[in-house]
Amino acid sequence: MTVKLQVEGLTKIFGHNPRAMLEKIEQGLTKETILKEFGHTVGINKVSFTVNEAEIFVIMGLSGSGKSTLIRCLNLLNRPTAGKIKVDGEDIAKYDGKKLKAYRQHKVAMVFQHFGLFTHRKVIDNVAYGLEVRRVPPAERREMAQKVIDIVGLNGWEEMYPNELSGGMQQRVGLARALATDPEILLMDEPFSALDPLIRREMQQELLDIQARLKKTIIFISHDINEAFKLGDRVAIMKDGVIEQLGTPEEILAQPKNNYIKLFVQDIDRSKILQAKNIMVRPNALVSLKDGIKVAIKEMEQAGISSIFVLDQERRLQGLVTIDDAIKALKEHRQIRDILQHTYSTTSPEIYLNELIQIATETKYPIAVIDDEQKLLGIIARVTVLSNLV
Amino acid sequence: MSYFPDSLRINLGIYIDRAIEWLMENFGGFFDAVSAGIIWFLRQIEIIMFFVPWWAVLIIVFLLTWKVINTKAAFVYTIMILLVGCFGLWESMVLTLAIVLSSVVFSMVIGIPLGILMAASNRFNAYTRPVLDAMQTMPSFVYLIPAVLLFSMGKVPAVFATLVYAIPPVMRLTDLGIRNVPREMIEAAHSFGSSSWQTLLKVQLPQALPTIMTGINQTIMMALSMVVVASMIGARGLGLDVLQAIQHLDVGQGFEAGICIVFLAIIIDRLTQSIGGKFKYPK
Repeated sequence: MTVKLQVEGLTKIFGHNPRAMLEKIEQGLTKETILKEFGHTVGINKVSFTVNEAEIFVIMGLSGSGKSTLIRCLNLLNRPTAGKIKVDGEDIAKYDGKKLKAYRQHKVAMVFQHFGLFTHRKVIDNVAYGLEVRRVPPAERREMAQKVIDIVGLNGWEEMYPNELSGGMQQRVGLARALATDPEILLMDEPFSALDPLIRREMQQELLDIQARLKKTIIFISHDINEAFKLGDRVAIMKDGVIEQLGTPEEILAQPKNNYIKLFVQDIDRSKILQAKNIMVRPNALVSLKDGIKVAIKEMEQAGISSIFVLDQERRLQGLVTIDDAIKALKEHRQIRDILQHTYSTTSPEIYLNELIQIATETKYPIAVIDDEQKLLGIIARVTVLSNLV
Repeated sequence: MSYFPDSLRINLGIYIDRAIEWLMENFGGFFDAVSAGIIWFLRQIEIIMFFVPWWAVLIIVFLLTWKVINTKAAFVYTIMILLVGCFGLWESMVLTLAIVLSSVVFSMVIGIPLGILMAASNRFNAYTRPVLDAMQTMPSFVYLIPAVLLFSMGKVPAVFATLVYAIPPVMRLTDLGIRNVPREMIEAAHSFGSSSWQTLLKVQLPQALPTIMTGINQTIMMALSMVVVASMIGARGLGLDVLQAIQHLDVGQGFEAGICIVFLAIIIDRLTQSIGGKFKYPK
């Protein structure tokens, strides 16, 4: 994993003399005091994090937490008061004039909450805007714009004006416009918040599909924890201008750092976040095909279970043996391979919990988690599925 | 309330006179050049306008109105223009239009860039606003005085006075139009690495265009309302016809010239408004 973006001690203070306030922060004055006594607003305060290449990094927080201020620092729409922003190892925070223009024209693009579309330009000319600014010749930029229009599913809308489109379609234009310049970093400032819930879900899925193809480094702002956890490879939760907790959705869900985070996580629909691989456990009893019936019975006895999975030498799942069948087989001197059952359910590790609920209520046995080669990765007891929902 | 001490009297007039004198002595050449420029421009417009035959004007008005408004309006406006000719005021109308058109063109050339500057700089805006307020509340006659002092009598001071009187709307509305462009749209333009010029030309001005068109419309209307006043310093045209009618107490002639000005006002107002409407984008 390559680090694409590294933010170190980033601080942004609004007011007429923000630099003077840095000292006050050093002295330990709070945000509120600085606002009341000196009339300066601390937007973000010494924020540090890294974003890996091709990762979706979600910054989530309520309004006023500083998330929008932060993302605007990353393309210098807000100029940081202090700190470093390293893109591919180069500090861009001090960029000016030509360098800043080149950075914005080639490396980074932004999608806005209220779309920020140019209402006087047709869809195609909106999408081609970044290329036009870069002085790409008209025929070439039209061709490039058409390509991204196909990607985001805007075919046939090219000659319309943005205000003739629905909200969801408008944000597609916003996304296409950002993708048209083929940026390495995509900044998305609450891009789906202004859309209604159905469209929002559709757009989230579409973003994931596009990301699977294009593999951009995406920094995504959201105030919706479900959205954050659905999209984010890693999530940073912000409050009052600082990051409260940073980690993968599973990490945050498993170990909320404090009560504030706990409150957030409460609202979460866990069944849409947790995947089979997050809740599966290593089976504490297994038998191999070449083992005898006696071994199987002993294993079950020791583990206190009434059924056991059977593997071959490459750990591929062969079947399941129940204690009743095993005892019967022992009397009749039969082999394990003769009494194998296949009535259990299997799942891949990427399946979400909400899809397992149905299976869990129907099956008698634990659910086996297997990979593409049929190798057993773990098992999920029925009770685990249901208990993880609460 | 009957008396005020003479000792407190300030003679402001003397200083104004001196300032004008000083201007003329030191910048006489400049004003001569401006004067020559205005005359030249006015002359070109008059040449073009007198070149077009009367029936062609009727056809142009008809077709233009038919295209941007509708057939009914096209008939009404064409008859209005025809009536102006029938009243024997065709030449006056052309002279008036030439002065109005020149003033409006100069107002736009000066006013739009100043309006852009007002939108770009809060400080410039703060200084300009009270000046514009003063310009709009001042009786239009007042502009005749400096105009005559700087450019003596004739068409040039008429154009100058009209320009000064008519420039505020186009400046104000250019400023307003640009300031009303949504912040996110400007941010979007910047986020793609647009230079200030690119943002201005590709985003701010096109977005402000409908508002600027309203400003131009108002500027034209104000210029037209200045024609009678401007005729007092020797500008020929419909204004002079009205002025002479007043001096001779000739109600009939005054009415004829007056109604021609009203016709022109109606036609120009509706036409520019409709043309301005074409610049609006789907909302």
